[in-house]
Amino acid sequence: MPDVLVVGGGPAGMAAALAARRHGAEHVVLLEAGDDVGGQYWRHPPARHVDPDEGRWHHGWQRFLDLRSALRRDPRCEVVTNAHVWSVDRRDGAPPLVHAVIGEVDGQARVPRTFDPAALVLATGAQERTLPFPGWDLPGVFTAGAAQALAKGDRVAVGRRVLVTGSGPFLLPVVSSLVRVGARVVGVVEAAGAARLARGWGAKPWRLAATGGKAAELAGYLRVLAAHRIPYRVGAAVVAAHGDDRVEAVTVARLTPDWSPVPGTQRRVEVDAVCVGHGFVPRAELAISAGCALGEDGAVEVDDRQRTSVPGVFTAGELTGIGGVDLALAEGLVAGAAAAGGEPAPAALRRRAVFREFATRLAAAHAVGPGGRSWADDTTVVCRCEDVTAGALRRAAELTGSKGLRPLKLTTRAGLGLCQGRTCGPAVEDLLTGVLDPGRTAHRPIAVPVRLGELADHNRTGNREDVP
Amino acid sequence: MTRVRIEVDGSPVEGLAGQSIAALLLATGRTSWRRTRTGRPRGVFCGIGTCFDCVVTVNGLRDVRACQRRAADGDLVELQEDDRA
Repeated sequence: MPDVLVVGGGPAGMAAALAARRHGAEHVVLLEAGDDVGGQYWRHPPARHVDPDEGRWHHGWQRFLDLRSALRRDPRCEVVTNAHVWSVDRRDGAPPLVHAVIGEVDGQARVPRTFDPAALVLATGAQERTLPFPGWDLPGVFTAGAAQALAKGDRVAVGRRVLVTGSGPFLLPVVSSLVRVGARVVGVVEAAGAARLARGWGAKPWRLAATGGKAAELAGYLRVLAAHRIPYRVGAAVVAAHGDDRVEAVTVARLTPDWSPVPGTQRRVEVDAVCVGHGFVPRAELAISAGCALGEDGAVEVDDRQRTSVPGVFTAGELTGIGGVDLALAEGLVAGAAAAGGEPAPAALRRRAVFREFATRLAAAHAVGPGGRSWADDTTVVCRCEDVTAGALRRAAELTGSKGLRPLKLTTRAGLGLCQGRTCGPAVEDLLTGVLDPGRTAHRPIAVPVRLGELADHNRTGNREDVP
Repeated sequence: MTRVRIEVDGSPVEGLAGQSIAALLLATGRTSWRRTRTGRPRGVFCGIGTCFDCVVTVNGLRDVRACQRRAADGDLVELQEDDRA
């Protein structure tokens, strides 16, 4: 049985696993769903196909290589790739049992493994948030993260004439990657207005200096914009996508400071792809299943040692709030050390403080404005799996008189399709603000799909002996 | 780079080894390969395995996320429609 089990092999999870070993854990297991560690941030083609010049696709690639080789060198740190954690069982006074199936994604006959760790670190990251607008479900509309994943992991451009829109600094590396795979980026449209950006990013600039490479990184992106003559517009958004079976054009509108479209400012732009990202939401289903307390923003609450409200359960990275790679690495170091019963390094604590401040700026400058709710009209699909419209959701909430999310789901089928509300959940909660009691659509006892045959095998073999 | 060849609804599709099935489909100019129960087209949306828009049948197994599964030489991919389920 591992002393420390880490779920998620991105920057936070890698740092946590290594720190746990350094601070005395005798046996660490790191579970990663992909076929290599690195997470979304250091997403790359499989080992045999990595570009000799892979580093130019990433920031801090050498740091990744160092972390990965440290993990590989350590025989007491077991990295299990293609590991899909599908549920956790709560226990009194101990961290939960963790159930995974190991094998190809959405496969069958994967090998079940159950872990009974002395301490558990959840580092499951975040997923992109996209506000629904008319046409957002047309093929050719991608999340910005999808464009990034396809460029970095597959070397494929999502389109030839691409507009990038949403909010936050993440849009800039996406532009860089798109250009590198040969797309023509016709513009970047940022929803936050100039005043908001100045307040968020411009306050106490000396503190920003402590974040080291961030300013240089930003300068690099601005050079890409300049070199390719890509216009960058603030205080505006794509509020509709047009086309029959795929996107052919989008409507861009100017926004008020609260993100409401300004009437009469609509402009049509011909594109064959649009990449949209309105920030990120923590992927919290395992943390919720484990019983961890969440803050209002949906992030897991942690103390100064990255401890959650559940004894023996720690979290690090985007799951505790959106802050980027440096914060994730620092939190990983703290969580790993604490999970092993050690004292975190002062340097890690200091870096965590610096990058938490950075995260606060990020949130201040780019938080979704309430006017974004008005982009979806009554005919706009909100639940993409079950084709449930904003109008149907609003009507059902009024007609049933119920304040709960569950009755709404059962009445409209929103969140009952393939994705189980992963995509529409935040939008549904947001759209019905003030109508429903605040709830969490991320309650999901089965965290990833698992085939019935695999479940049957899991129970038959009683695989607890399988634990290392 | 080595190439990989799969079959999509009986037609050959080629790509680079290591690419996901979704990347292969996109690179051949397809943006959608599935329809929802009311007939709306779907392809890749999130690209990281959370939205399930891109599911296909691979070697007879339904509901495989095309963005998460790397294409293997000889894979037989069939497109899915929700109302066929």
